[in-house]
Amino acid sequence: MATPVNSPMVGKLISVDVKVGDQVKENDPVATIEAMKMYVKIYAPASGVVKEIKANPGDVINPDTVILTLE
Amino acid sequence: MLEQLTEVINSTGLLSLTPGNLIMWAVAFGLMYLAIKKGVEPLLLVPISFGIFAANFPLTGLMEPGGLYYLFFHNGIQNELIPPLIFLGLGAMTDFGPVIANPKTLLLGAAAQLGVYSAFFTALLFGFSVAEAAVIGIIGGADGPTTIFLSANLAPHLMGAVSVAAYSYMALVPLIIPPVAKLLTTPRERAMVMKQMRPVSKGEKILFPLLASLVIILLVPKSAPLIAMFMLGNLFMESGVVQRLTDVSRNELMNIVTIFLGLGVGATMSAETFLKPQTIYIFILGVVAFAFAAAGGILIAKIMNLFTTNKVNPLIGAAGVSAVPMAARVVHQLGSEANPQNYLLMHAMGPNVAGVIGTAVAAGAFITAIH
Repeated sequence: MATPVNSPMVGKLISVDVKVGDQVKENDPVATIEAMKMYVKIYAPASGVVKEIKANPGDVINPDTVILTLE
Repeated sequence: MLEQLTEVINSTGLLSLTPGNLIMWAVAFGLMYLAIKKGVEPLLLVPISFGIFAANFPLTGLMEPGGLYYLFFHNGIQNELIPPLIFLGLGAMTDFGPVIANPKTLLLGAAAQLGVYSAFFTALLFGFSVAEAAVIGIIGGADGPTTIFLSANLAPHLMGAVSVAAYSYMALVPLIIPPVAKLLTTPRERAMVMKQMRPVSKGEKILFPLLASLVIILLVPKSAPLIAMFMLGNLFMESGVVQRLTDVSRNELMNIVTIFLGLGVGATMSAETFLKPQTIYIFILGVVAFAFAAAGGILIAKIMNLFTTNKVNPLIGAAGVSAVPMAARVVHQLGSEANPQNYLLMHAMGPNVAGVIGTAVAAGAFITAIH
């Protein structure tokens, strides 16, 4: 049962701060996006292991974009 | 020989320096320090502080009719040219998407104007005239260009003090909003996650500046100089066909007029106009105005939640003080502290840009009522 981590808003992906295989806990920061000239941290919605990273830094992302999946 | 020597000495500024000039220099250097070392609104405070410094040299004639700084001040500020040009640039940077997706948030931007009116009435109690009180009240809107615009219209002698108060408090938004917000909300309210907003179409974004102009300028004609330019800048950006005009409005033109604005405002702060007890009152009232503006937005958000099903996080009301986008960022941080899954930035942008409109409208209303 994979959990997708989506962008909460439109912005530019600055960095993905975890690697595939990392164990993350709920509310750990997993990525950084830039919106309105501000860096916004994205926090894990659930605990799990990072299964796949689907977006690249520099991408323009919106709420439909899956940044990574956890399982 | 001796006569010629005295003449030379008298022609320098040395003997004409007053203690007031020295105090103003200290004020100028204090602002310079804040801007350069602490990063407080440097784009405005560097030119303003140098303007103060230069305006307090004796015998220069800089601020006498025809003098260099007088030209900036008279043509750019007194004739109300520069603030609308800054609004053109602001419009070309403002995304109304969040407001269009959630129009309710317009009300929160209006609510923050409570700060304007509470400071206005308090200033009246302090013994300021109606025109002066209006200019002091508008500080609560946290909007520099609007403050300068209204001051040029109603009380030019207060311009230096009110604009410096407005810009310094804007820089203090990250310190003023959090205590007010925490006082008025529970941790549970702050942790409330808001639903993702619907995407907004390009057509809606193009229609918005036109419709907003129609409504606002018909209701408050005197707000036209600010609103018309603001909406034109926004139309430049959203139309997508005049990229060059959009860029020049928000970059080069904005930077050019910022230099003239800063020098013109700074130059109004000569020792005899600034060193008065009034100035201290203005700074006290300014912080009251800001705190009330944040509180007003939060309280109206809470009241709104009583009557609607789609609730808003009351924190976003605090973003109704205009300071764009700083107030929205501060709100986002507060929400994030309460609950990491809470992303309020875009939701807070709604009240934030509505606050800009609200302050321009409040200024127009003051001009209408007082003139």
